[in-house]
Amino acid sequence: MSSHTTSPAQGPLRGLAKDWSSDKDAFKNVSWGKTMMWIFLLSDTFIFSCFLVGYMSVRMTSTVEWPIPSEVFALTIGGHHIPLVLIAIMTFILITSSGTMAMAVNYGYRRQRKKAAILMLVTAFFGVCFVGMQAFEWTKLIVEEGVRPWGNPMGAAQFGAAFFMITGFHGFHVSIGVIYLLIVALKVLRGDYEQRGYEIVEITGLYWHFVDLVWVFIFAFFYLW
Amino acid sequence: MEHQANTEGQQHPIGIYFKIWGLLFVLSTCSYLVDYLEFQGAIRWTLILVFMFLKAGLIVAVFMHMIWERIALLTAILMPPLCILVLITLMASEASYTNLNRLMFFQ
Repeated sequence: MSSHTTSPAQGPLRGLAKDWSSDKDAFKNVSWGKTMMWIFLLSDTFIFSCFLVGYMSVRMTSTVEWPIPSEVFALTIGGHHIPLVLIAIMTFILITSSGTMAMAVNYGYRRQRKKAAILMLVTAFFGVCFVGMQAFEWTKLIVEEGVRPWGNPMGAAQFGAAFFMITGFHGFHVSIGVIYLLIVALKVLRGDYEQRGYEIVEITGLYWHFVDLVWVFIFAFFYLW
Repeated sequence: MEHQANTEGQQHPIGIYFKIWGLLFVLSTCSYLVDYLEFQGAIRWTLILVFMFLKAGLIVAVFMHMIWERIALLTAILMPPLCILVLITLMASEASYTNLNRLMFFQ
């Protein structure tokens, strides 16, 4: 153990060099499962980046006006026309779910498995809400506004393709995340991890926080631009 | 239990999560207000990017526990995405060139 920890005298860079030059095992004290989840998330980062960069390219090259997201995604609630309101609510739901997930990880490590499982189920519930609202948004866009991947009545034809691909892929991640959360939560509740410990909750949490993280970028680049 | 050190990892006072949670709510409200108050031009982009990076940073650092991980893992995960900045730069300059051509020859 003591050989793995970096003493302050060595400094962070010396520790980094030592870890990487130590043969076979570069990530000390990081379990296999967590390392693999991080590497998966890293690859996923590149996929989402490619989508967003592709979207940036078509939007910058288009000589036709890009539809204004603020107006496309506005809703009229109780007679008030509020721009982007549904997206704002979806953002808050996702952040709330990230908070409950962080709590679940914390309770998992405290070995309070009922609380951890319940918080994970709450997180999954918020995830379902998010996907439901996205389904509503897609329906509204397709049926009422006539947005198609190859064109739309509001402006640049690439809007639909970029929107459906980026939010669709993100929504797919949320849906998979909900299933993943439900499976792990039920196993936690059943006591399957009493022997092995509750790092699995943290690994599941990494995936869920990543989904929230991607939404931060989608919100900034797709909806606020 | 030789894995005990491992299974007890990443235990932090629950208060820090509440603080970050609250901060994320505030930042999200701010980024929504950028649109609601109709900021335009450079100020809009500055605010959007600042709030975006603050939110992303808080999520990765605290919720995903990156500040408590070893530097070997941190560099392995956070350095490679920097390549994307190169891709963005290349694609943005190419996109403006294409846009210019379209405006000159196809309008």
